[in-house]
Amino acid sequence: MIRQQRMTVIAQQSIAKHIFELTVEGDLVEEMAEPGQFVHVRVADSFEPLLRRPISVASIDKERNNFTMIYRAEGRGTQILADKRAGDEIDVLGPLGHGFPEEQAEKKAYLIGGGIGVPPLYELAKQLNSRGIETVHILGFESKEAIFYEEKFKALGETHIATVDGSHGTEGFVTHILNELPHDFDTYFSCGPTAMLEAVQWAYPQKKGFLSYEQRMGCGIGACFACVCRTTKSETDYIKVCSDGPVFPAGVVIT
Amino acid sequence: MIDMTIKLPGLELKNPIMPASGCFGFGKEYAQFYDLSQLGAVMIKATTVETRLGNPTPRVAETAAGMLNAIGLQNPGLEKVFGEELPWLEQFDVPIIANVAGTTTEDYVEVARAVSKAANVHALEINISCPNVKKGGITFGTDPAVARELTRAVKEVSSVPVYVKLSPNVTDIVSIAKAVEEGGADGITMINTLLGMRLDPKTGRPVIANITGGLSGPAIKPVALRMVYEVSKQTNLPIIGMGGVTDVDDVIDFLSAGASAVAVGTANFVNPFVCPEIIGKLPERLHELGYDSVQEVIGRSHRL
Repeated sequence: MIRQQRMTVIAQQSIAKHIFELTVEGDLVEEMAEPGQFVHVRVADSFEPLLRRPISVASIDKERNNFTMIYRAEGRGTQILADKRAGDEIDVLGPLGHGFPEEQAEKKAYLIGGGIGVPPLYELAKQLNSRGIETVHILGFESKEAIFYEEKFKALGETHIATVDGSHGTEGFVTHILNELPHDFDTYFSCGPTAMLEAVQWAYPQKKGFLSYEQRMGCGIGACFACVCRTTKSETDYIKVCSDGPVFPAGVVIT
Repeated sequence: MIDMTIKLPGLELKNPIMPASGCFGFGKEYAQFYDLSQLGAVMIKATTVETRLGNPTPRVAETAAGMLNAIGLQNPGLEKVFGEELPWLEQFDVPIIANVAGTTTEDYVEVARAVSKAANVHALEINISCPNVKKGGITFGTDPAVARELTRAVKEVSSVPVYVKLSPNVTDIVSIAKAVEEGGADGITMINTLLGMRLDPKTGRPVIANITGGLSGPAIKPVALRMVYEVSKQTNLPIIGMGGVTDVDDVIDFLSAGASAVAVGTANFVNPFVCPEIIGKLPERLHELGYDSVQEVIGRSHRL
């Protein structure tokens, strides 16, 4: 069930260039289950800025009743969010949307992420590993300064990093790494820029894959029709990224 | 006991608050959060004869205390709205105001005739003010004679009272209001969004794929209020006012300006509970202001 709650900030820190890790506490966590769902955050109690910000969930800690979000502070909304400190309250609506169907993975999964698309893959990796699924992580970033969670992913499985400028790991995009890796997995999960998702789909046409899409949102619950995409099903078929997704099977969404 | 009820053509409202068309879909999303029977009415998303897929994305952009949208009247079409969406809404004890849109007069007439026969549709809202479609929409709402004739044509076929939704993107909104009054409208709903634009400072290009979009949210409230004031002064039609309503005092303002009921739009996107929250606070606020009913507040600003 979706809840709206004023949650308490427990911790916030900068973990890479413009990237913040924010942990909040509250009963809303009880509703969280699927990795890849998101929350819609109101950064101020005023109507300026007006809209909520969709932010992905990087990890869920049900025992401690908290969850962690990771976001890039680049717009005026997320910059306000970056100023929140322990003890502050923020208005959270969530969990929203449909996440990664982790039960689809059988033995070995590739988790492919780019930039601010990496965070939801961390909770997914945790859940897959707890079920005994082997996970291989292929993560792309702009540069060395933009990398986060490398050690955390390494603790869960084989991890490969690509940077656009070559300052760390493989120079180039995640697809450069994928070209070198064996195809010995059964399922892939991916989240990142649309161009990356397209490239990943092309790389593995025969594999079972699930992709998390990004689209500019209004309400986050399916009412405003801002985030629609056409689908491969028919000329008139469409999905709403916020409420039907953000995760869809490969080959469905037309971007 | 504060009397919250309001009687308008076709509508016996238990309170004057309703979600605005286009900001509430066909109710399903918000029914996850609360019982829609609490609402005074529901203005459903614009319905056209055919299924419409709307405009390319991005369709929304945030602005100072507001947002631009250019959805482009995406809707499942008359058949599905009549056959699926409206029957689904029958589980709630709430009157529906059906928003009717189209490209030609014939389109409006076809949708109005059919949708006004649904048991729970108590009124129509003729959308002559959508700024985001190339044909129809606002082209009917900027010329008084065209607006009058469309109103007349819809009025002839509708089984329920007809409200006309006015556009603020005109030089003289009063002349449009008077024209639809002559055309036989039973009421007015106002205002639709204000045409606007946002550019990306890096590229210089419009953020919205449609180039322009309709501005809504708290930023437009002063414009909406002024227009409701002017129209209520110069026509005899009841008005359902809207434009940037986020809290109970905004509702008081619109009632005072001359609206008989108030619709909440963009605020639903920010706070899904905004309508029931306002409904909950309204009696106490009226009491604080020294009133026993919503009715007493209507048009207060004119009694100078």
